[in-house]
Amino acid sequence: MKPLLPVGEIAKGVLAGDRRSVAKAITIIENNASKAQELIASIYPHTGKAHIIGITGPPGSGKSTLIGKIIREYRRKGKTVGVIAVDPTSPFTGGAFLGDRIRMQELSTDQGVFIRSMATRNYLGGIARATKGAVKVLDAAGKDTVIVETVGAGQSEVEIIKIGQTIVVVCAPGLGDEIQAIKAGIMEIGDIFVVNKADREDANKAVMDIQAMLQLNNKEKKWRPTVLKTTALTGEGVSQLIEKIEEHKLFLEQELERNTSRGKAESELAEAIKEKVANSIIEELKSEGKFEEFLQKILEKKMDPASVAEKLLNEKFRKQVQKCQN
Amino acid sequence: MSDKEKINQITRERERWENTTLPKWMGQRPERKSEFRNHSDTLIKRVYTPEDIKDLDYMRDLGLPGEYPFTRGVHATMYRGRLWTMRQFSGYGTAEQTNQRFKYLLKEGETGLSIAFDYPTIRGYDSDNPFSQGEVGTCGVAVASLKDMEVLFDGIPLDKVTTSMTVNGPAAMLLAMYIAVGDKQGVSREKLGGTTQNDVLKEFFAQKLIIFPPKPSIKLVTDIVEYCTKHMPRWNPISISGYHIREAGSNAVQELAFTLYDGITYVESCLERGMKVDEFAPRLSFFFASHNNLFEEVAKFRAARRIWAKVMKERFHAKNSRSMWMRMHVQTSGCTLTAQQPLNNITRTTIQALAAVLGGTQSLHTNSFDEALCLPTEDAVKVALRTQQIIAHESGSADTIDPLAGCYYIECLTNEMEGQAMDYIQRIDDMGGATVAIERGFFQKEIADSAYKYQGETDEKKRIIVGVNEYTTGEDAAIPILRIDPKVEEKQVAGLQKLRRERDNRKVDEVLEELHYAAEKDENLMPVIIEAVKAYATIGEMCGVLRKIYGEYKELIVI
Amino acid sequence: MQSERKIRILIAKPGLDSHDRGAKIVARALRDAGMEVIYTGLRQTPEQIVETALQEDVDIIGLSILSGAHKVLFPRIMELVEQKGLTDVMVFAGGIIPEEDVPEMKKLGIKEIFGPGTPTEKIVQFVFENLPERT
Repeated sequence: MKPLLPVGEIAKGVLAGDRRSVAKAITIIENNASKAQELIASIYPHTGKAHIIGITGPPGSGKSTLIGKIIREYRRKGKTVGVIAVDPTSPFTGGAFLGDRIRMQELSTDQGVFIRSMATRNYLGGIARATKGAVKVLDAAGKDTVIVETVGAGQSEVEIIKIGQTIVVVCAPGLGDEIQAIKAGIMEIGDIFVVNKADREDANKAVMDIQAMLQLNNKEKKWRPTVLKTTALTGEGVSQLIEKIEEHKLFLEQELERNTSRGKAESELAEAIKEKVANSIIEELKSEGKFEEFLQKILEKKMDPASVAEKLLNEKFRKQVQKCQN
Repeated sequence: MSDKEKINQITRERERWENTTLPKWMGQRPERKSEFRNHSDTLIKRVYTPEDIKDLDYMRDLGLPGEYPFTRGVHATMYRGRLWTMRQFSGYGTAEQTNQRFKYLLKEGETGLSIAFDYPTIRGYDSDNPFSQGEVGTCGVAVASLKDMEVLFDGIPLDKVTTSMTVNGPAAMLLAMYIAVGDKQGVSREKLGGTTQNDVLKEFFAQKLIIFPPKPSIKLVTDIVEYCTKHMPRWNPISISGYHIREAGSNAVQELAFTLYDGITYVESCLERGMKVDEFAPRLSFFFASHNNLFEEVAKFRAARRIWAKVMKERFHAKNSRSMWMRMHVQTSGCTLTAQQPLNNITRTTIQALAAVLGGTQSLHTNSFDEALCLPTEDAVKVALRTQQIIAHESGSADTIDPLAGCYYIECLTNEMEGQAMDYIQRIDDMGGATVAIERGFFQKEIADSAYKYQGETDEKKRIIVGVNEYTTGEDAAIPILRIDPKVEEKQVAGLQKLRRERDNRKVDEVLEELHYAAEKDENLMPVIIEAVKAYATIGEMCGVLRKIYGEYKELIVI
Repeated sequence: MQSERKIRILIAKPGLDSHDRGAKIVARALRDAGMEVIYTGLRQTPEQIVETALQEDVDIIGLSILSGAHKVLFPRIMELVEQKGLTDVMVFAGGIIPEEDVPEMKKLGIKEIFGPGTPTEKIVQFVFENLPERT
C-alpha cells in the first residue's frame, strides 16, 4: 500500500505551487473530512490573494468555451489561472460524467493553468461541497485568478455567491425558456451578464430582455450590473469581458474595508458552524440508533423527513436543556 | 369479392388460426423468445399477411423502376443493364503502395476506386506535424500534396475510372488535387467522374473528423457543390452519409432519418446560395451502411428512396425526376465485424452485401474479414471482392429488379421505417433544423443511447453475436495481419521536406495569401485552392490558413 | 461531514482516429457503476492525457485507440506517467491492438488490454478489482 503523503507535506507543496500537491490537496478536501480541515487550516493564512470568478448560466450557453477564452486572455496578460468545473453527480448511481474540460483541453499543458473537474456529490446549489476548499487550495498555490464553473443545469444555482467575488451569468440567444430560468433564479446574483453566441441575429433582443429585467431588480445597488456580448467561438468580446471583471474587482477592493469582505467572512463562519452542528447531531443520532429507526419510518411512509427532523431536534434540545438544568 | 372483403376474410382466417392451429403448436413447441425485435427496436410479428399492407397503393407507393417514387430502384433496367459498381475502399502506407493496391483491385475486377486517406490528411495536418506521429499511412494513404496524388494515380487514366474520396474537412483540397492530376493527364474536368464525401454535418455528431466549425464547414461544402455544378457534370460533389451515423451506434431508423435530414439541410443551403434545385440536386448522392438484419436493411434502402423522392418533390418542388433520385453507395458494416473467429466475418459481409443488392444500391464496398484487427491484407480484400462477384453472377439476385417487392413483411417494414423516419424529421424540423439539433446534442444523445442499449443487450446475451457471446472457442486461429512499416512515416516526411525545398516557395506564399484573402472575402474557394494545389502547397499549409480564419471545431460530448 | 472516497477515472483517446463509440460506452458504464469519469474528448496528445490525469488526481487512466498508432503513443504516455510521478495510477487500454503487440504494451506498465467484443461488465469488474490502493 502506498501511503499518501502527510497533510503537512501536501500543504507545503501547495504553497510552493507544486501541481501534484495541489491535485492531491483537492482530493483530500473531497474525500477526507478530518484531514481536509487540517489542510485548510494550514493553507488558510496564504489565501485571499486570488480573484475568484463564478461563472454560471443555463446549459447550452457556452460557459466552458467562454472560460477557455477567458483563460487565454488572462494568460496573455501574464496571469495564472485555476479552474474548478462542476458537473452533477447522478443521484441514482453516485457516478458522474465530467466533460467540461474538453473545451479547455489545449490549455491543460500550460503550467500557468490548473483545471480540476468536480462532481457535486449531491450537494445542491450548482457547486460541490468541496468547491470552496478547492478554490482555497488554488488560491494558496498562487493562482492569480480562480474560476468556478457551476453545474449549469438551469436551476437556481445561487451557492456560487458564497465563493465567487465576481459573478458572471452567461446566457445565449434562442434559449427562450432559459432566460425565464435566469429571471427566476440567478438574476439577483450576477455582477456581469454575458450574452454569448452574439453572432446570432436575436442576440440584441436577449441583451435588451436582460437589461429590462436588471432595471427592475437593481435600483438600490452600488454596482450596476452590465450586459455584454461575446462570441466565445471566435473570442470576440472576451477582452471587454475581462476589462469588466477587472473593473468589478477594483470596485470590490474599494469596498474592501466595508461590508463586502466582512459579509463574506460572516457567511463563511455561519456556514461552517451550521455544517459542524448539523453533522455532529447526525453522528450522534446515528450512534444512538435513532437515525436508522426513523429512516425506516420514512421508508415505510409512516412519517415524512421534515417532521422526523423536527421531532428529533425537539427531543435532542429538550434533553440538552434538561442536562443544563440538572 | 372486393379487396376489402378479401382482407376481411383473411382476418377471419387468421383469427381462427390463432385460436385453433397456433395454440396446439405453441404448447408443443413454444416460441424461442417472448418477443422478436429488429435493430431499430421494431416489434416483429409472427407472420405477415395481406392485412399488413392493405393500404398499399401500388402505383403511389411503389411504382415502376426508374419512375417516381423510385421505391423499386432509380434505373429502369437496374442490374439487368449494368451491375452495381464494385468499389473497395482502400489506402495504406505510401502513395506508391496504394497505387499498387488500386492496380491489383482493378485487375481482379473492381470497377471503381475509393481512396482511404490517413488520419493526418483527413484532419488537415502534414505528415511532419507533431499530431501526425505514428499515424502516417497507418489507417489510409498519406497525401500531403499534389506530388502524392500524382503517384497515387500513376498509370491509372482518370477518364477510365471513377473515384470516390472519403474526405470532408479538406475535401476541396483533395478534389483540387484530383482535378490537377486530370489536367496533367489531359483529362478535362467535364470528364472526371467520382464522388467527394464532403458531408460535414454527420461529422459533428457521428464521425467527428471535422476540422472547422459548422458555418464555414457548410460554406466549403456549398462551394464544392457550386463548383461541380458548373464545371464537373459527372462528379458527385457530396455523398450524404448515414454509414458513420450507424457505425457510431445508431439504429437503422435513426441512420435513415438523420441522413435524410442532413440531405434536406444541404439542399436548403444550396438554395440559399441562389442555386436552382434542379441544377444541383441530380448530383447529390447518398451513402449507407448495411447490417446483418437482411430484411430491415432492404426495407431501409427502399424507404430511403421513397422518402427522398417525396421530399424533393413535395418539400423542394423539384421538377426534374433526376432530382428525386436517390443514388446510393453502400458499405457493409465495419462495427459488426468481430475480432473473434474472424473468418465468420466473411459470412456476415455476404449477408450484408446481399441486403444492399436486394435493396438496389448503385455501388458497393464489402469489408474484408480481417478488418476488426487491421487494414485488410491483399488476400482478405480479394475474398471481399469475390463476395460481390458471387452475388452478382451466381446468386440470381441481379436477374430481376427489386425482387423482394410485394413481400408482406418487406412492404410492411418499408412503410413502418418511412413512418418512423418521418416522425424524426418532423421533430428535427420543430427543433429548428439540423444545426440546432447538433448544438443541443440531440443526434448525439440518440446515437449514444442506441449504442449503449445495443452493448447492454449484447452483454446480457439478449442479442447473440456468434463467436463473441455464444459459440465461443478459447483461442482464435491466428490470421495474417497487415503491418504498416514505421519506415513509411520517415519516408513520407523526408519526401515532404524535399518537396518544401524544391518547389517555388515564393509562389506558394503568394497562393496561400490569396487563399487567406478569398476566405476572408467569403468567395468560392475552389478556384484559388486549385491554384494553390498546383503550386504544391500542402494540405497542412492550406488548412492552416483556413484554421486561422475559421477556428477549429470542438465536439459537444454526449454520452 | 461526508468522508467518502470516490473512484476517479480518466477515459482518454490518444491518436487521431475518431472512433469513440467504445470509449463512450465504457465511460457510461463506469459512471453507472458509481465512478467519477473524466472524459477529455478525441485526439489528445500524450502530454495532455498525463497532465490531465495529474490535475484530476485520477486513480485510473483508460486509453482507447483504434488508429494503429499505439506503438508510438503508448510508450510516450507511460514515459510521462513515470516522469510526473503518477506511481499510484493504474493504466489500462482498449481498442484495436493486435494480439502480438500486447506483451510489449504490458511491459510498458499497461495493466490490461481489452480487445473488441469485451463485455463492459468485465471492464467495470476489472477496474474495481485493480483499483490502486490509496489511504
